[in-house]
Amino acid sequence: MKLSYLSSLLKRMRIPIHNTKDTLVGTPATRNLRYDYKRHLKERVIEILLFLAAFFSVFITFAIIYMLISESLVFFEHVSLREFLTDTQWTPLFDDAHYGILPLVSGTVVSSAVALLVALPLGTTIAIYLSEFAPFTVREIAKPFLELLGGIPTVVYGYFALLFVTPLLQMLIPDLPGFSLLSAGLVMGIMIIPYVSSMTEDAMRSVPMHLREGSYAMGATRFQTAIKVVMPASLSGIAAAYILGISRAVGETMVVAIAAGMQPNLTWDPTEPAATITAYIVQVSLGDLPHGSIGYQTIFAAGLTLLLMTLAFNILGHLLRKYYREVY
Amino acid sequence: MVNEIMQTTRPGASTSSTIKSVVNNLTFRYGDFQALKDINMVVHEKQVTALIGPSGCGKSTFLRCFNRMHDLYPDNHYGGEIILHPDNENILSPNVDPIEVRMRISMVFQKPNPFPKSIFENVAYGLRIRGIKRRSILEEKVENALRNAALWEEVKDRLNDLAFNLSGGQQQRLCIARALATDPEILLFDEPTSALDPIATASIEELITDLKNKVTILIVTHNMQQAARVSDYTAYMYMGELIEFDVTDTIFIKPKNKQTEDYITGRFG
Amino acid sequence: MNHVKNLKEIRAVISRHKRWDSLFLVAGVMALMIAILTFIALFSHMLIDGMPRLSWDFFTSFPSRRPEAAGILSAWVGTTLVMLVTAVAAVPLGVAAGVYLEEYAPTNLLTEIIEINVTNLAGVPSIIYGLLALGLFVYQLGLGQSILAAGLTLALLILPIVIVATREAIRSIPVAIREGAYALGATKWQTVADHILPYSAAGILTGVIIGLARAIGETAPIITIGALTFIAFLPPAPVQAEFPFLSFEWLMAPFTVMPIQMFNWVSRPEEAFQANAAAAGLVLVVMTLLMNGLAIYLRYHLRKKIKW
Repeated sequence: MKLSYLSSLLKRMRIPIHNTKDTLVGTPATRNLRYDYKRHLKERVIEILLFLAAFFSVFITFAIIYMLISESLVFFEHVSLREFLTDTQWTPLFDDAHYGILPLVSGTVVSSAVALLVALPLGTTIAIYLSEFAPFTVREIAKPFLELLGGIPTVVYGYFALLFVTPLLQMLIPDLPGFSLLSAGLVMGIMIIPYVSSMTEDAMRSVPMHLREGSYAMGATRFQTAIKVVMPASLSGIAAAYILGISRAVGETMVVAIAAGMQPNLTWDPTEPAATITAYIVQVSLGDLPHGSIGYQTIFAAGLTLLLMTLAFNILGHLLRKYYREVY
Repeated sequence: MVNEIMQTTRPGASTSSTIKSVVNNLTFRYGDFQALKDINMVVHEKQVTALIGPSGCGKSTFLRCFNRMHDLYPDNHYGGEIILHPDNENILSPNVDPIEVRMRISMVFQKPNPFPKSIFENVAYGLRIRGIKRRSILEEKVENALRNAALWEEVKDRLNDLAFNLSGGQQQRLCIARALATDPEILLFDEPTSALDPIATASIEELITDLKNKVTILIVTHNMQQAARVSDYTAYMYMGELIEFDVTDTIFIKPKNKQTEDYITGRFG
Repeated sequence: MNHVKNLKEIRAVISRHKRWDSLFLVAGVMALMIAILTFIALFSHMLIDGMPRLSWDFFTSFPSRRPEAAGILSAWVGTTLVMLVTAVAAVPLGVAAGVYLEEYAPTNLLTEIIEINVTNLAGVPSIIYGLLALGLFVYQLGLGQSILAAGLTLALLILPIVIVATREAIRSIPVAIREGAYALGATKWQTVADHILPYSAAGILTGVIIGLARAIGETAPIITIGALTFIAFLPPAPVQAEFPFLSFEWLMAPFTVMPIQMFNWVSRPEEAFQANAAAAGLVLVVMTLLMNGLAIYLRYHLRKKIKW
């Protein structure tokens, strides 16, 4: 808000420089202040180039949408939307091909649900702790540490899930298979914690101190202040953090591709192996499918489904934010 | 003088000179900065005591000692004592829980700071954190508090509206209602009208005058006229010291101290 | 009497609330400990498995069918070259976009669309970028499964990070600096080039490093463009002995990168290959930790040094 005001202010500052042409020409001393067309042209060209760079991001979005939709349209010439949405099997590469997206969706939903059950409570707890409880030094050390944790490549987390967490879980659940949504989901959850906690904490810390003081002055404890005043006041930021966490979980690829297996499996049981949408795309990409074949088009249809799922969560988050918009 | 008045304080005494609180040799320091130096004062029950002085003189710091707000931040040190009557307890003692102090002594801030909740929930907040859950009790106490804060007529039909939708003056009266709802022993005001327009200021001042029948009030103000209008006692502070404390009329008409006189008459420099 | 009873009630309520307070304190510390312990477990597990494999040979050997002879030479060379392309593509584009949005953009619908779009792009799953690259770079532009295609893919992926970092760095420069420049008769571009960009360079650099650290570990989009192949050779060298000395043939060469190599080894059933995966993972993690650590240090240093 303030910035746009400033930039408009700066814009207005520029106007007199352009208009000096009429008023200042004449006296030799001010001749070099004349309106300089060459300089003006250079400025315009630069501005246009910069604009094009900024607009490029919109182009990327259009390119993504165009690419997914155009390939999916070819796919849907072969497969009816009804079959895609209702068939309970996904076997596009078999002789007896079935194109039901449900098994992939169930794998995605279950692994994401496990991940979010870990990431949202733990991430929020860490955020509240760091924002409202932790002494200054703890916060200064914990924040960069969490950032580092969030920077570890996902393929490494996949390795960790397959070779450390799964054997560990097998000690607790003896008949857990070598690939499982549970193991992948748990590790994914830990992986997402830093995103959720750092955004939630930022949102909570941006709540003005005088609001906290108002609560403390009534005799509230830190916990009460955090839960009853600070969190409601930062609800839109927290919602944004949760939405980001959900998007991450739904779109996460390597952990599930490595640790959850690549067999499509319509199940809601986290202890079973199952492919997610992303794992399926990886599986197809690993093979050697000819460009333009139906198998090639399936990954775009799957990708479109994934994008629509994340889009749905983002719109939901946007609506929530609008509904709970905070005003200080 | 302090001891003299204290001797007249007997349990159940209803004279206007009952003492609510006594400040003895209070010092306060944050980091290396000595913000308050050896302050001695009394607070009379159900009277308005004003703290005045140039900005940076420590009047807000002094006020915030009364509900231990400084405990929220690191590296703060109290010295001396603030005795709260009738139970004769030093509220600055490390053994006393600051939360307990804050439950007994409420505060209204410089800038209205309603919570991002409904009007009703704002006022009910203090009651809820005291563990009161019964809807009927909450409703009764909220209505009472809003009536006492002269806000009831304006908001009774929209108690579930968000508090932010109120005007600045209404928000400040809401904060007063919030502070009153829990029947505090002392109500602290930290420059409560500095963020308000003159009309809202007048209504808050009127409210403070009405409230002193119900509760002991301590108010920090940067506005001398305001102190003269609303208070019974006035303390003039300068550079962390209490320069003069007396009945308001005396302070404004014939102050004993030259410094006070200079400040009151605007000759301060 | 009433007063004392009241006080007793208050104390009971407070002690009840304080129990919750301390309970939560324990929960907070424990949640943090879970994150820390996971990291320790992850790191030490990889260290135990992979450390024996980390030798000079590991860095200078090509992948091989025999696990004990396999190394990451083609992977780290590939990663370096892909990162080069990514940086060259993403940095100018991202910085230019950031400068435009902060310094030039008028407040209108188009600007708002661009801003919302950048935020949304940051939330698009990385594998979707892979699909875009597969259709656009690999087939429509005919770049094939090349270093160029991979570098551009990752550039698109980190573009939002660079843009946001640039904007934040520019935003922290006070208006007084701009006014000072304009007051001396500088044009807008002169102000940007002589003042805004130099003063925000460190902040932008921080964002670029974080972006590249993200790109270095990205696996999914590179797999999607079909780059999971057995690469036992190096791309053509960029510097040649004879005229014209510089060669860009490497841009079109097939390649592999560190995370792909690691994924390749993880998915093998033989335990010996998993030791290789651990060793590759160790190298990868150390690389990203160093980059992120550098970024965090830079930011911390910056915050301490510059006081406007």
